[in-house]
Amino acid sequence: MSSARERTWREERDAKVIPITKRRGVPAARPPQAEDQPPRAGTPGSEGGVAEAVAQAVGNALAGPLGGVAGKVLGDGWERRTANGLGFLRRRLTGDYRIDEFGFDQELTEQVFLSLMRPLADKYFRVEVRGAENLPAKGGALVVANHSGVLPLDALMTQVAIHDHAQRHLRMLAADLVFVLPVVNELARKAGHTLACNEDAQRLLENGEIVGVWPEGFKGIGKPFADRYKLQRFGRGGFVSSALRAGVPIVPCSIVGAEETYPMIGNAKTLARLLGLPYVPITPTFPWLGPLGALPLPTKWVIQFGEPIPTDAYPPEAADDPMLMFNLTDQVRETIQHTLYRMLVQRRSVFF
Amino acid sequence: MGNVVLVTGVGRHLGSRFARVIRDQPGVDHVVGVDVQPPSQPIEGAAPYSFVSADIRRPVVARVIAEHGVTTVVHLNVSTTTLGSTSRGAVKETNVIGTMQLLAAVQKAPSVSRLVVKSTTSVYGSAPRDPAVFHERMQPKVLPSGGFAKDAVEVEGYVRGFSRRRPDVAVGVLRFANILGPDADTPLNEYFALPVLPTVLGFDPRLQFVHEDDAVEVLRLAALEPRRGTTNSGTFNVAGDGVMLLSQAARRLGKPTLPMLLQAVSFMAGLARQARMLDFSPEQLRLLTHGRVVDTTLLRETFGYTPAYSTEQALACLGAVQGPGLLPPARVAAWTDRVASTLPVTIERTRG
Repeated sequence: MSSARERTWREERDAKVIPITKRRGVPAARPPQAEDQPPRAGTPGSEGGVAEAVAQAVGNALAGPLGGVAGKVLGDGWERRTANGLGFLRRRLTGDYRIDEFGFDQELTEQVFLSLMRPLADKYFRVEVRGAENLPAKGGALVVANHSGVLPLDALMTQVAIHDHAQRHLRMLAADLVFVLPVVNELARKAGHTLACNEDAQRLLENGEIVGVWPEGFKGIGKPFADRYKLQRFGRGGFVSSALRAGVPIVPCSIVGAEETYPMIGNAKTLARLLGLPYVPITPTFPWLGPLGALPLPTKWVIQFGEPIPTDAYPPEAADDPMLMFNLTDQVRETIQHTLYRMLVQRRSVFF
Repeated sequence: MGNVVLVTGVGRHLGSRFARVIRDQPGVDHVVGVDVQPPSQPIEGAAPYSFVSADIRRPVVARVIAEHGVTTVVHLNVSTTTLGSTSRGAVKETNVIGTMQLLAAVQKAPSVSRLVVKSTTSVYGSAPRDPAVFHERMQPKVLPSGGFAKDAVEVEGYVRGFSRRRPDVAVGVLRFANILGPDADTPLNEYFALPVLPTVLGFDPRLQFVHEDDAVEVLRLAALEPRRGTTNSGTFNVAGDGVMLLSQAARRLGKPTLPMLLQAVSFMAGLARQARMLDFSPEQLRLLTHGRVVDTTLLRETFGYTPAYSTEQALACLGAVQGPGLLPPARVAAWTDRVASTLPVTIERTRG
């Protein structure tokens, strides 16, 4: 595509007959998929002229000699895909999209986030999804899963799996740390995640969404490698009462393979305290290999959705019965734990 | 004696608009406006109107109530700024001490049977660790620590105390989201009038707007007898339907954004406040960092009012009045359309 750029530059130079002092950012010529930031400030009068000239130049280049090249490089149907990309870019740049009250941006999630994560799920971890039929086609459900692997990759892969196998969007309940961090909080909200609290969980479930919760939290994700596939304590079991109040089924979900992505052999506790993080992992590769050590190991994953546990038989006031809550929490926990053991016995190898 | 309505804060834009509307209501026999300064535009309407130049921080307001035999008090003098002064101390005085004086006067006035107080959704604060959507009954995790939001929390506290002491008075507290309108004098209105919008890097807050017309209409309904099947005493969130992100709002208005580190934005906001160019308080900054969304089910179902303008429409109205920004959406759309139109295949587009 270097010739395209060259041509663009030439066209731009020609277009500079209008006196222009400064040119910053060429919004129309940016790659369509990576666009998320609003366009930067520019000088009002000249910006339009230049940008239009660039738009024209890019269009001409694609229509003319570059068309054939682009067809070869990008494969068949590139025009349609480019047009879709341009339509997407247009909607993003003009703000012509909708978000829900939690900040979930469905279009951005489908077009960008999921497309970015899909290769990781399909090619890298080769995620095998079992029991997707246990997820309801419509209406609310609470997916409860085991948490592991230092970074919440298991949660993101489950989101991809549920979207691709059940055509539903998973709305995750995330730790409050996620919403304190800059950039991360913005992306999390746009991807449909919200803070793990009863109010939000219940609201989402009552709206008929599939809500994902990883009740082990940091205890699960930051546990040492020696404890792999041993479920930690399930918080205070608040998720069960949310499901019960909303009357939606609980779908236990067991994820195998995520534990070995980052085998955590140590925890730099002092550094973690300094940084205000729940843990700083030490793995066989991190931090010794630097950023390369942050690559997850390409393990083979299986995500198994178990039989839904119905809650609509209980009256709503049962949510205030702590004994029932403990029993249900334990039932969910045991189901996930036993499924994990069974899956581990069946597993041939960590990587295949 | 008939229905006499006392309106505080009539010198402000919202107050004077409301006074105009309430004068034309059937059954309203007299409207008394109270403020330190008379409104810039004369208050026209059918019912007799008298303006009393008084400071509600002084006990004189009790005499006004007794003199006119006031039956309904509409307290709109709870604002982020006061007329003629930008000092935070004076604002707090007017908001808190003014409300205390007014409530003390109303408590001693047997003629008063209805009290309406303008409050704000900023009583919920803006924090990353709060639920995504606030219901009227929810308490924020962190109470607002200062500024106008704290005033509003205190004002609401005094109003609750008052309603315990005078259970015969119907008390309506209206928590308005950010009011936008062609001539509204709200801080967010001023913010959106900037040519380039400074934003906090790494955060994209969810915002809700309410159009000024809706605000006046809700106040009108609250000040009159409730219609059949509805009740207008209690606490109600008032916001337009739907939620927008700040980045999205900026693109719709055609305003480029300038993301800056939080510290840089608060430094600049401080400078702007010192120079009295723009009243951009720390809590406003928190709103533009973490955002806030409220639930309006109670407004629609119990109060019986559905806002005529959604959040998007309220913003669009503002955009229509302000005129196109530096990057009007129409021009941005034209760029991408230009590229799309030069593609070799014809593509069906949703919008021309």
